[in-house]
Amino acid sequence: MANLKTAEKKTKAQSMGMHTETLTGKTQQKFFNPDEAENFFYWGTFDVDFNKRTNLDVKDLDCKQANGKIDELMSQGYGTIVIKNPQGKHSLGVGILNKLNLIFEGSLGYFGVGSIDGPIVRVNGRVGWSCAENMMAGKVVIEKNAGSCFGAAIRGGDLICKGSVGARTGIDQKGGTIIIGGDAGAFTGFMMQRGRIVILGDVGINLGDSMYDGTIYVGGKIGSFGSDAVESPMTKDDIDWLKRKLKVAEIGENFDVSKMTKVVAGKKLWNYDALEPTEKKGAI
Amino acid sequence: MCGIAGLIHRGKSSNVGEELQHMLQALKHRGPDSTGYALYANNDGQNFILRFKVGENVGEGSTSVNEDESVYNERKKIVDKKLSELGALVVKEEKLTPYSYRYEIKFDKDLMDFSKSVESIPSVEILSIGKSLELIKDLGDATVVSERYGLNKVQGTHGIGHARMATESGVDIKSAHPFWGYPFADVSVVHNGQLTNYWNNRRVLENKGMRFMSECDSELIAVFLAEKMRNGATLEEGMKESLTGLDGVFTYFVATKDSLGMAKDTMAAKPLVLYESDDLVAMGSEEIAIRSILPQEIDTYDPFDGEVKVWQT
Repeated sequence: MANLKTAEKKTKAQSMGMHTETLTGKTQQKFFNPDEAENFFYWGTFDVDFNKRTNLDVKDLDCKQANGKIDELMSQGYGTIVIKNPQGKHSLGVGILNKLNLIFEGSLGYFGVGSIDGPIVRVNGRVGWSCAENMMAGKVVIEKNAGSCFGAAIRGGDLICKGSVGARTGIDQKGGTIIIGGDAGAFTGFMMQRGRIVILGDVGINLGDSMYDGTIYVGGKIGSFGSDAVESPMTKDDIDWLKRKLKVAEIGENFDVSKMTKVVAGKKLWNYDALEPTEKKGAI
Repeated sequence: MCGIAGLIHRGKSSNVGEELQHMLQALKHRGPDSTGYALYANNDGQNFILRFKVGENVGEGSTSVNEDESVYNERKKIVDKKLSELGALVVKEEKLTPYSYRYEIKFDKDLMDFSKSVESIPSVEILSIGKSLELIKDLGDATVVSERYGLNKVQGTHGIGHARMATESGVDIKSAHPFWGYPFADVSVVHNGQLTNYWNNRRVLENKGMRFMSECDSELIAVFLAEKMRNGATLEEGMKESLTGLDGVFTYFVATKDSLGMAKDTMAAKPLVLYESDDLVAMGSEEIAIRSILPQEIDTYDPFDGEVKVWQT
């Protein structure tokens, strides 16, 4: 990263992940004005120390109180927080936008760790519907099973379930990687737009239905292909990537990835190839 | 959206009334309008338990009306006369609310004819008939209904329940779940979802002599299964046929005297979390329902699309 104090305005903006390019046509991108760099502030984030560890018992707290406590602990610099007795409560650990080690000693209900951007989460239990929905970055590991809509609309990061998941895993996925150690239900990868889904077990009917882009790898049986989803040959790059990813995810240690089925979109979006890479996001 | 919950103890009885109350209360946010219980109690099995109502408890959007208690009392007298004419001997009677009763009766003839005859009395509806089934439903959350009917002391083997958010019909008892599997003793159904071929199925089933008491789409499941069973299908066979016979999105539970079943539509559009051990099966729309009776860490899972399961006591 360039030195932000001495860099040119344009370099400075680009170093902070922004850009000043001019796009033609419709776009949903918003541009950062380098003149306002001093005012740039990522609301709701905290500088934390991973070595500073604490426990939080949420047995008698509702989700709003529990999430408020997590914020409070992060504001005090705690970088490793262990949540005790989550007992299937909904919406725990949502909206965390900074680095954090977050460990749940138990199971989560719906919308657990949704809209996160950066934390590393481990759930020593099960999660309900829509776990990690809209996740931007970070890593989430579920030790047991997960409900439907696992990783709905994630933009980035790694989402790993060591057990089986329900229907519509990776629905509307826009980036990142979802890895499932067990089986997955119907409509996996429904309307998928980017990213990768890896399923070591079997998958249900309508796999990849209406997918625009992205890649799905399946280790077991496929119930049926959805509209627009087709099989594609595995390449050496696919195999290398899968081996590396599974190793990092600590899952499927002896799994023969070369025998997996690769599934991609069989149709191209209208005018998709004619668009600039940055415009493709706007198109979908 | 509605919340459903069910549990079955295998090889033993428990305080199912209280357990189901906790499970349904945990799902209150999914359906605050009315709550219903179908409890399979440790009755002596000698007599039929007849639960019926002679009027309504009316909330928003209902097509029914609240009436004076004197009207209900008059209707009750007509029911008593009808039971006598049908040869049913009332062994015990309890007035539970101004509009609902629980009778223990001795009766050994055809239940369909019996039900048709009793329900020919205007505004009278049989909520359930069975040797162990105790079907209770009313407006309010799980705790309110349980306290009103004294359910937390009911001992039994299994039960299903429903917290209703009224969407397809008004807030009243006739549209509340569970639905009795008329005319079969001890059969009840709860449903979360929406059925889109309700009227087509209803017309066909009515032509076959089946009866509908409400405009609630969920009642179709009970009638659909009852019609299949009337024609010789087992409960599980009927449930499997429902996956294609019913259109829409659904997760439903059905219970009989000694079994509990679940079915999930082929799109798996409605939630269900399931806990299964050697001596207990507990399931609900959300895990918090199960946690309300099993706070310790347990393994649960979501059944897949098009799945049908049946457990015995």
